[in-house]
Amino acid sequence: MPDPKLDLLQGTLDVMVLQTLQAIGPLHGYGIARRIEQVSGDQVLLNQGTIYASLVRLQQRGWIDAEWGVSDTNRKAKYYSITRRGRKQLAEDTAHWQRLADVMTRVLALTPEGENQ
Amino acid sequence: MTRVLARVLAFFRKRALDEDLDQEMAAHIELAVEDSLRRGLSPEEARRQALAHFGGLEPARERHRDARGLPLLDSILQDLRYAARTLRHDAGFTIAVLLILGLGIGVNTAVFSVVNTVLLRPLPFHDADRLVWLEDTLGDADGHIDLSSLTFSVDMYEPMVRYNHSFEGMAAYNAFFSQGDYKLLGRGEPERLTGVPVAESFFTLLGVQPVLGRSFAHEECQKNGRKAVMLSYGLWQRRFGGNADIAGQTITINKDAMTVVGVLPKTFDFGSVFSPGTHVDIFVPGVMDEMRDQGNELAVIGRLKPGATVESAQAEFHALAPMIRQVHPDWYMHVDSRLRSLKDYVSGKLRRSLVALWCAVGLVLLIVCVNVANLLLARSAARNREFAIRGALGAGRARIVRQLLTESLMLAGGGGALGVGVAFALTRFVAGSQTIAVPLLGSVRVDGAALGFALAAAVGAALLFGLAPAFAATVDRTSDSLKETGRGASEGKKRATFRASLVVAEVALACVLFAGAGLLLRSFMRLLDVDLGFRPSQAYALRLDYIYGNQATMNAYYREVLSRVSAAPGVESAGITDALPMGQNRSWDFLPKGGTWPRDNQPAFVNMVAPGYLESMGMHMRDGRGFDWHDTDTSEPVMLVNETFARRAWPGRSALNQVIMLSPKVSRRVVGLVANVRETSLEAQSGAAVYIPITQTSDLAEVQLIVRAKLPVDAITPGVKAALRSLNPNQPVRDLQALQEIVDRVASPRRFFAMLVGGFALFGLLLASLGIYGVISYSVARRTKEIGIRMALGASTQEIRNSVVGRTLRMALIGIGLGMAASLAVARLIGSLLFGVSPADPATFLGTVLVLGTMAAIAGYLPARRAARVDPTIALRAE
Repeated sequence: MPDPKLDLLQGTLDVMVLQTLQAIGPLHGYGIARRIEQVSGDQVLLNQGTIYASLVRLQQRGWIDAEWGVSDTNRKAKYYSITRRGRKQLAEDTAHWQRLADVMTRVLALTPEGENQ
Repeated sequence: MTRVLARVLAFFRKRALDEDLDQEMAAHIELAVEDSLRRGLSPEEARRQALAHFGGLEPARERHRDARGLPLLDSILQDLRYAARTLRHDAGFTIAVLLILGLGIGVNTAVFSVVNTVLLRPLPFHDADRLVWLEDTLGDADGHIDLSSLTFSVDMYEPMVRYNHSFEGMAAYNAFFSQGDYKLLGRGEPERLTGVPVAESFFTLLGVQPVLGRSFAHEECQKNGRKAVMLSYGLWQRRFGGNADIAGQTITINKDAMTVVGVLPKTFDFGSVFSPGTHVDIFVPGVMDEMRDQGNELAVIGRLKPGATVESAQAEFHALAPMIRQVHPDWYMHVDSRLRSLKDYVSGKLRRSLVALWCAVGLVLLIVCVNVANLLLARSAARNREFAIRGALGAGRARIVRQLLTESLMLAGGGGALGVGVAFALTRFVAGSQTIAVPLLGSVRVDGAALGFALAAAVGAALLFGLAPAFAATVDRTSDSLKETGRGASEGKKRATFRASLVVAEVALACVLFAGAGLLLRSFMRLLDVDLGFRPSQAYALRLDYIYGNQATMNAYYREVLSRVSAAPGVESAGITDALPMGQNRSWDFLPKGGTWPRDNQPAFVNMVAPGYLESMGMHMRDGRGFDWHDTDTSEPVMLVNETFARRAWPGRSALNQVIMLSPKVSRRVVGLVANVRETSLEAQSGAAVYIPITQTSDLAEVQLIVRAKLPVDAITPGVKAALRSLNPNQPVRDLQALQEIVDRVASPRRFFAMLVGGFALFGLLLASLGIYGVISYSVARRTKEIGIRMALGASTQEIRNSVVGRTLRMALIGIGLGMAASLAVARLIGSLLFGVSPADPATFLGTVLVLGTMAAIAGYLPARRAARVDPTIALRAE
């Protein structure tokens, strides 16, 4: 049996969506969801449907734009792209996550006192 | 911030956004299917996997809505929709509750509007809290206070104004203005107008700005100054078509050409503040030098300086009194004044009545709440299974309570809306009725404050009647409720007790209301039974013109008027007086001969009357004779006294032939003794009074013709008017005013309050009966099976009926018992509002017990009869 998939932390999905859009450019909901799954090596538990709540939230904050377009396979789909404000926000979020990850790493590296391995 | 706006927009664009999302999700699935097909899956498997990966369309849609819109509002709307659906489903229940609530909230809002206008809100003047009312402190030992004893003479007013340091300004008006004192000539039909002479500072002091023109100028308020007049808004509209050109024009009043200098605003209603029940048409300058010799006539108000209080001003005026007295050493009477806020003067007398009224209507609302709570309980018992199922499906207790409260709030909202309608109708009626002598009543409106009150009442009521059933509904354990099989199961014992105690409370509250209303109504009845000393029915008054000339000319005129009017068809007798009872009576000081000033002074009401007056009023002679036309200025000066005067002046001796000094030089002989008449109010015992023949004086306050009719008023009016016109074609003739109308107006505040509280009591009684009926018939319906078993075991219909009625009466009696105890306490609180009835009036309390007991018995008998008709075979088989 493979390892159980990771539950997403609150707020992480939004950052993933922004990063995906910044890295790849305009993409539809399915594309974003697939890309996150692929990048995570299918480690993330993602009901693809949840992506849409995140998208509307980001859109309302003005961090992404949406536009109906046509896919490679000639299918009508809604394409999302990151805005200037979105990039700024992503930069902040990235910094925040880096710091948090650093702190977590250091804390987890602590060993019981007097117990040198 | 943009997010909030976006959410609100999204909330309102729900449908469009949902459609957009649906399209997007459909595209998502298709894209996923295409991907899988490319990887070589079968179309079915590709679709299955796409959907599985997506994780459910509906949850995604929900999450989308939550993220973009206002989820809390969404779920509230959902609750509301659900509540509306269930309430529509139970139309009968809903209508009943809405009606009860609408009436309850409606009368409460209406009463609040009255209380707010009369009692709570400041008077409709600029900075009205600083206005102070001053009154004289005369009046006899028994506290009989006529208008002369409350007003000031010019010679007292002027030094008060000059020497005081408490007031920014003072003003006065002539309190002895009387109905129809002024005659408007030209410009159509002659018309009698009611006018008030006011001091120059009057309108400035009150802060009343004319809507047109200006207030009186200084030279207009001087003797022989320019004649000026100000119009009330009503007269301006009615008589001059609201024409803006009127300012500066000249109109003829009482033969004088007067310039209309201004028109007062619509909001300024002199009568409703200073003289409830009267309508004032015009204001004229009160010329001090002309009023100087007329004794006490001025009603005085002042505006406090910043920092001064009523108490400090009162202290100053006490101190001023001896100083003013020194200026006038010729005055024999004591000089002093009593101060209170103008607001207190205007509505102070009514405070207790209004508070009582407010409490009564609050009780009504309480009964309404208890009643509705009871109805909701009965309904929620029937809905137990619904809640149990919703609970089993995962609805939390809080969610169900919220649902029930939503329903309650919705009912209260509907009831509140209905109530506002009721309040509008009631206040319109109250404000429009001009016969109730309650100050400021004409300006009662459902305003913002009243709407706020209605809202608060509705929400408060919803919480009150909604919470109990909401919790009762959720304490029952879910599994138990599911096990219960509807009809057959007995109602939970706890809940039955709760409902019964609600009914007991309702009966007790209704009992308090009913007993209180009974006491007030009986007081009113007692008041109507008072022997007034004259018979108002079939007696009419009509204002006549003054007549100028020497005494002989005047006497000839009066005699001619009375003989012609008496000859008119249907007229039994006619007389003349210068003051109607319950009106603006004046008093003088009299000294029985042999006494000394001022120790033996007898202050007494004074009336100038013509021969025939006693008969036409229906007054009683006790001794001696009345006046006749032989009493003239050349014959011996005579007078009549009433019983109180005689008893006080000559205790134990006959009043006949006693001599009374009106001044050191003027004396009159008593030729007759008349029975007492109530002069000031229906409640107060009669004070001392004297009557002077109109044929021996020209000092008349006004000239009122009194007609006693044998026929209905419509039958005699043309004859009387014709008789008067034949004497003086220019005389404007108003309609005959029934003396009964005057008496009714004096009794009107008491009637107003008694009727309102009475109406509330009936409503409360009805609700209490409904409550009893509801609980009993519900329990009979639930216990059909049990009753069937008892009947099958041999119980007679009689026994079944008795047991149900007995249960009802037990409940009612507990309520009545509690209510009686509370009523006795309440009765003592309203003791000062009662007249001729003791707070523990046995008849009222016995009546209350009987009425409530009977209503309870009827309310219980109807379901009891239904119980007795239960057919055991059907009842036991039914399931």
